[in-house]
Amino acid sequence: MEHTTSIDLEKRFEEKIARELKIEPKDWMPEEYRRMLIRQISQHAHSEVIGMLPEKNWLTRAPTLRRKMALLAKIQDEAGHGLYLYSAVETLGVSREQLYRDFLDGKAKYSNIFNYPALTWADIGVIGWLVDGAAIVNQVSLQRTSFGPYARAMVRICKEENFHQRQGYSICLTLARGSAEQRQMLQDAINRWWWPVLMMFGPPDAESKHSQKSMKWKIKRASNDTLRQKFIDQTVPQLEYLGMKAPDPHLKWNPERGHYDYGPIDWEEFWNVIRGKGPCNKERLRTKRVAYEEGQWVRDAAIAYAKEYN
Amino acid sequence: MSRTFDTSSPTTTSTDEAKIHYLFQLADNALIMGQRLCEWTGVAPELEIDLALCNIALDHLGQANAWYEYLVEIYPQATDVDQLAFCRDEHQYYNITLVELPNGDFAQTIAKMALFSIFNYYLHDALRQCSDARIAAIAARSYKEIQYHRRYASNWLLRLGDGTDISHERMQKALDIVWDHAFEAFTPSPADHIMHQQGIAPDLEQIKALWEDEVHQLLHKATLSIPDTGFTGYRAKSDGVHTEHMGYLLAEMQYMQRRYPNLQW
Amino acid sequence: MKEWPLWEVFIRSKNGQYHKHVGSVHATDAQMAIEHARDTYTRRNEGVSIWVVPSKYITASDPEDEDMLFEPAKDKVYRHPTFYKLPDDVKNI
Repeated sequence: MEHTTSIDLEKRFEEKIARELKIEPKDWMPEEYRRMLIRQISQHAHSEVIGMLPEKNWLTRAPTLRRKMALLAKIQDEAGHGLYLYSAVETLGVSREQLYRDFLDGKAKYSNIFNYPALTWADIGVIGWLVDGAAIVNQVSLQRTSFGPYARAMVRICKEENFHQRQGYSICLTLARGSAEQRQMLQDAINRWWWPVLMMFGPPDAESKHSQKSMKWKIKRASNDTLRQKFIDQTVPQLEYLGMKAPDPHLKWNPERGHYDYGPIDWEEFWNVIRGKGPCNKERLRTKRVAYEEGQWVRDAAIAYAKEYN
Repeated sequence: MSRTFDTSSPTTTSTDEAKIHYLFQLADNALIMGQRLCEWTGVAPELEIDLALCNIALDHLGQANAWYEYLVEIYPQATDVDQLAFCRDEHQYYNITLVELPNGDFAQTIAKMALFSIFNYYLHDALRQCSDARIAAIAARSYKEIQYHRRYASNWLLRLGDGTDISHERMQKALDIVWDHAFEAFTPSPADHIMHQQGIAPDLEQIKALWEDEVHQLLHKATLSIPDTGFTGYRAKSDGVHTEHMGYLLAEMQYMQRRYPNLQW
Repeated sequence: MKEWPLWEVFIRSKNGQYHKHVGSVHATDAQMAIEHARDTYTRRNEGVSIWVVPSKYITASDPEDEDMLFEPAKDKVYRHPTFYKLPDDVKNI
C-alpha cells in the first residue's frame, strides 16, 4: 500500500490554500488549522445566539406591529445563523453540545458587543444599522474563507443579513425625522454604541495574536484594521444623512489617505469586556445558562419518546 | 387626529358592529398569542425550538396584522393598525383568556398552543369557506399556518406526555392550569351569535365537538388524563373582562405608544 | 442524557431540481428533523421538498482516494462530444 507522508499532505494542503481551493471537512488539514476553525466558527455561532438577547429585550415592547414582526424575523434569522455555523463546525467532528457547554461555562468567547445593554428603542435601530453593519463587513470578507462549510454558511448569512441592516437604518431614519425627543434618543444610542462597534473588528493588527496565521491559511481574508476602516468609510455618510454625530472629535475625511481618520479607541475597555467585565457579561451568560438548564427535561423527554417509538 | 382609542367597546346591536367585534376577537387572539410567544425568543429549550417558536409567533403577528388591516377599512373609529393593536384599553381587547395566560414552562406553552391551535384549526377551516369573501381569504391564508401550529403542538404534547416521568408530570400539570380557559372559545359571544346567524361564523357547538374529540384522543395517546373542568365563565371575548395577567402583558406591549403618543416609529 | 442526534438536510428548491445538501439540524425523530429543517433552511421560500437523513448513515468517500477515484475519468476525453471532430456540413448531430 502506498503511504502518503505527512509532508506530502501538508504540501498538498498549502497548495490548495495557495490556489484558492476550498478545504473540505474530510480533507487532511494541520491540527492547528482545525483548532483555529473550531475556535473561530464556534465563537461566531455563540455570538449569533447570544446576540438575540439585547434585541429580544425590545421585542415585546416594539412600538408598531410592522417593527415587531421585522425585529422578530431578524432575531429568528440570528438563531438560524447560529445553527448554520454550528452545523459548519460540526462537520469537523466536534459536538455542538460540547461547544455550547464551553460557551455557557464561560470558556469560549463571543463578540464583546453583546455585553452592552439595549436601553431604548433607538438602540434597536442602531444595533441593526451599526452592529449588523459591522458584522456584514466582516462576513462579506469571510465568504472567501478557505474552509468550505464556513464559506458556504457565510454566503447564505450575508444574503439574509442584508435586510437586517436596512431594518435598523429604517428605524434610525424614522427617529431622525421624528420629534426632538426621538432625535435625542437616537443620538444617545449612537453615542453609546459607536465605540463598542468599532471594537468589534478586534484589536489593532499589530496586537492581534491569532491574525497572522489565520490570514496565511486564509481563514481570515482581511485584517482587523482594514475592515474597521472600510466600515467607518461606508458608515460616516450614512451617519451624516441622519443628521447625527459620532462621539469622536477626530473623525474627519482625509483626502490624502482617501479614508476617514478616527480617534484613538479605548482598548483598555475592550480587554476588560473580553475578560468578563462588561456591563452585561454575567447577565447574558446567566440567561443562556438558565434557559439551557431549564430546557434539559424537554430535551430528555424527546429522546425518551423517540427511543420508545423508533 | 388622536390615535387614542376613546370609544366604549363596540356594542353588538347591529350586524356591522357584530362583525367588527368578531374581527377583534380573531385579531386579538392572534396578537396576544404572538406577543406571548415572543417572550420565548432566545431562551427556548433548544436552538431549533427557538426558531420554531419564532416562526409560530411571526405567523400569529401576521394574522393579527391582516385582521387589523381589514378592521381599519371597515371600522370608522380606526385610524391605523397600530392604533388598534396598541392603543386600546384592556377591556377593549376581545381575545379569549387562554392566549393571555403566561407561558409558564415549555409544557404550559405547549398546552396553550395545542388547545388553542386545535380550536383555531376547526374555526379557520369553517371561516375559509364562509360567505364573507374577505374573511374567507384571510382565514384561508391563516389556515395553512394554523395546520402547522396544530401539528407542532400536538407532536410536542405527545413527546412530553409520553416522554419521561418528569415531562409527563409537567405536561399534566400544565394542562390542569390552562384547561378551564379553553372553554371560553366555545361560549358564544353576542358577536359569535350574530355572525353565526349571518352564515359567517360556524356553530361553536360543532367546533367544540370536533375539538373535544381530537383533544381527548391526543391526551389519551399522550398517556395524559383529561383534567377536571372548573370555572368556565371566562368571557373576555364578549366584554373584555380579562385575567390578572392581561394588564401586565399590555403594560409591556403598549409601553412605547403610551409613553410617546402620536409619534411615528 | 445525551445530545439530540444530527441529521443532514437536503432541499429541493423547486420541482424539476435535485435535492441539494444545505446543512444539518439536531432532532430526536424524523418528523422533528423535517420541522427543524423547515424552520432553519426554508424561511425564505427556499424549498418545496425536504429530505432528512441521520448523519450517521452518510458514507463519504475518503479524500485520500480522490486521485484513485476521480483522476482516471479525466483521461476519458472520448466521453465528451467535443472529442469528435465532424465536418461542418453534417447537421443536427
